[in-house]
Amino acid sequence: MRKTVLAGALGTIALAGGVTGPAAAQDDTFKIGVITFLSGQAAESFGVPAWNGGKLLVDMLNEGGKLPAPYDTMGFGGMKIEVVVVDEAGGATKQVQEFRNLVQREEVDAVVGYVSSGDCLAIPPVADELKAFTILYDCGTPRVFEDNSFEYVFRTAAHATMDNVSLARYLKSRDFDVPSFAGLNQDYAWGQDSWADFKGAMSQLYPDAEEKTALFPKFGAGQYGTEISALLREKPALVHSSNWGGDLQGFLIQATARGLHERAQLVLAAGDHVIPQLGNKMPDGIFLGARGVNGLAANARGGELKELTDTMWSAYEAEYDTFPVQAPFRMWQAIFGLKTAVEKAMADNGGTKPTDEQLAAAMTGLAWDAPSGRIEMALAGGHQAIQPNAIGTTKWNTETGKMELVDVEYYNARCVNPPEGMKSADWLAQGFPGAQCD
Amino acid sequence: MMRFSVFTYAAIGFAVLAAGAIVLPDWAMFLFAMALAKGLVCLGIVGMMRGGVVSFGQGLYYCLGAYTATLAANFLGVSDIFLLTLLSAAVCLLVGLVFGPLLSSYRGIFFAMLSLALSMVLYGSLSKMSFIGGTDGLNIGAPTFLGWAPEGRPLQTALYLYVVAIVVISGTLMRIYFDSEQGLITLATRDNELRVEYLGASVRNIMAYNYVFGALLGGIGGTIAAVALGHVDPEFAFWTTSGEFVFVAILAGYLSVPSVFVAAIILEMVRSFSNLYFPNTWQLALGIFLLIVIVALPGGLGSLVSRRKGDPT
Repeated sequence: MRKTVLAGALGTIALAGGVTGPAAAQDDTFKIGVITFLSGQAAESFGVPAWNGGKLLVDMLNEGGKLPAPYDTMGFGGMKIEVVVVDEAGGATKQVQEFRNLVQREEVDAVVGYVSSGDCLAIPPVADELKAFTILYDCGTPRVFEDNSFEYVFRTAAHATMDNVSLARYLKSRDFDVPSFAGLNQDYAWGQDSWADFKGAMSQLYPDAEEKTALFPKFGAGQYGTEISALLREKPALVHSSNWGGDLQGFLIQATARGLHERAQLVLAAGDHVIPQLGNKMPDGIFLGARGVNGLAANARGGELKELTDTMWSAYEAEYDTFPVQAPFRMWQAIFGLKTAVEKAMADNGGTKPTDEQLAAAMTGLAWDAPSGRIEMALAGGHQAIQPNAIGTTKWNTETGKMELVDVEYYNARCVNPPEGMKSADWLAQGFPGAQCD
Repeated sequence: MMRFSVFTYAAIGFAVLAAGAIVLPDWAMFLFAMALAKGLVCLGIVGMMRGGVVSFGQGLYYCLGAYTATLAANFLGVSDIFLLTLLSAAVCLLVGLVFGPLLSSYRGIFFAMLSLALSMVLYGSLSKMSFIGGTDGLNIGAPTFLGWAPEGRPLQTALYLYVVAIVVISGTLMRIYFDSEQGLITLATRDNELRVEYLGASVRNIMAYNYVFGALLGGIGGTIAAVALGHVDPEFAFWTTSGEFVFVAILAGYLSVPSVFVAAIILEMVRSFSNLYFPNTWQLALGIFLLIVIVALPGGLGSLVSRRKGDPT
């Protein structure tokens, strides 16, 4: 009897052996594996808009000539871009398996992905083991390159320390009086780290401000009645939150219904992405960031990147009938960075399709322009990007029926990111040594 | 005669699985190693299912084993896979010995909920411990094998063969246990607990044994999963992880040991391919597969090859 089952197992093995996957990508195509949330809480906020933006850009690049220089050439160095998309939902265990499948079964030339910090910690050791060129495009935790170093892994977006340092700097530069502050953050690594960063930055810039309650409702809680009561009772001058997605929408709607936004200044580390959903239910006068000069802040910036930003902005609006928030901007900067790296590697190797080693060499320390500003791979030996940031104040424009960001302050990348070789926690604790603010 | 055939089957099983180290492509070898590691955890659940109870909290030991190995590797500098496995097994054995007697007097939904609660306590505690990464978890380096530190394909092969060896040994031992007096009393308990007590056997003891074996297997499975993945996070103890183990156990049924591992491999394959070919609807594809299996094979895969006489399930 057991023999039959073993025969079944053998059959499964044979099946697995049979489906060794499609042949390697051709020399005239460049195959990327994209991993982003297509289901779950992070899909609506980050995963889906990011890939909407990514798909749009890949189509524009494959067509060629749609974008201003230096991105007016077709594909990646003349190669057509081919994409395999995988859902990021399901946890780090599943992602490690899917990563191996993408590299070993689908034989992608590069992997671009990961919103979740847990996934960003789990993937890099595997990427190095498989010598597979990998771009982390979104996740926030500074631990990825501060606790380890990797040869084939790059993060094309600044880590999360920037978000909260910029908030504190915004308060300071606008001479905002902060006698006391409180926090409401999701109870998982992202929320805990954001609060620690914000507290650290505040203790440098506002050493006399009193720290009131720090609330950590469960991730995905959705109901904040108790927390809002506690905040109303404690009367802090300022309430910090790094909530995102449904948690942020829920908090804002419930907080404004009870007038919390009139009694305390709300500051949101990553709040721009709920503006399209909330519309005029988003209260005026909230200070918020977008984890980079993304979304409305990029649209309001102008300057020499205006043409690139406007091209992407209008293409996105035309395609999806809403404006791009932070997630597509981060996907764009990853794809523009990859394009720049591929073309640099091809210039160095005589025009053939680059290997993972050549790509990694080209990407190390690279700098390029994206709609979100100049991205520089300045940290972790050229593997971790820094980028400029912006904080603004929400203001509903009744005439156009659109939310605007006013009083926007732009921060130099080196003003809000730690210098090379220093951990973010130490940088905060020592009072931002080496910060270059104009 | 019986013993002889068990060992023969074990040898055949080992040969078949070990052949995978040669014929399987890299990605599949990893997928199989993970599936077999999870299969070990499910085998523990199957042991309890034979007695009529299902643990919805096997993630507790899966996670405990994984974290024990990771913390030992990071803070004590242990990288030897044999030592890590022993260490995790020891910790899970101790914890199992504490909770086993406690849970052994509960049945049905109460047993399921209590075991689930214990695993969620571990999940909650680990999520709060930001010094070991909180919900983001932490990494564990590649393991060594008695001083040998392979890389690349040899590492994957060594890891795979290690899992296969453990699976075959545990599978054989569990088969012997299932066929032993104690194991048969477990089956009898499933049919009529009161009668077993009147016959003079202690059902509580049997249940406690099954629980402790489940804890041991869970810890070993967790250790292997952790070193194979290189990363652990509290999700290992989350109820969805435990639910997946229960699903595999139900898919396999409680009649056959090899079917547990076959079920684990099938589930991983279905998930992997549905994820790739239907990125937007892979959960739906997985759900339809599960429904079909439950409707078509209520007794599990094991019922295809062995049926208990007069047992309707």
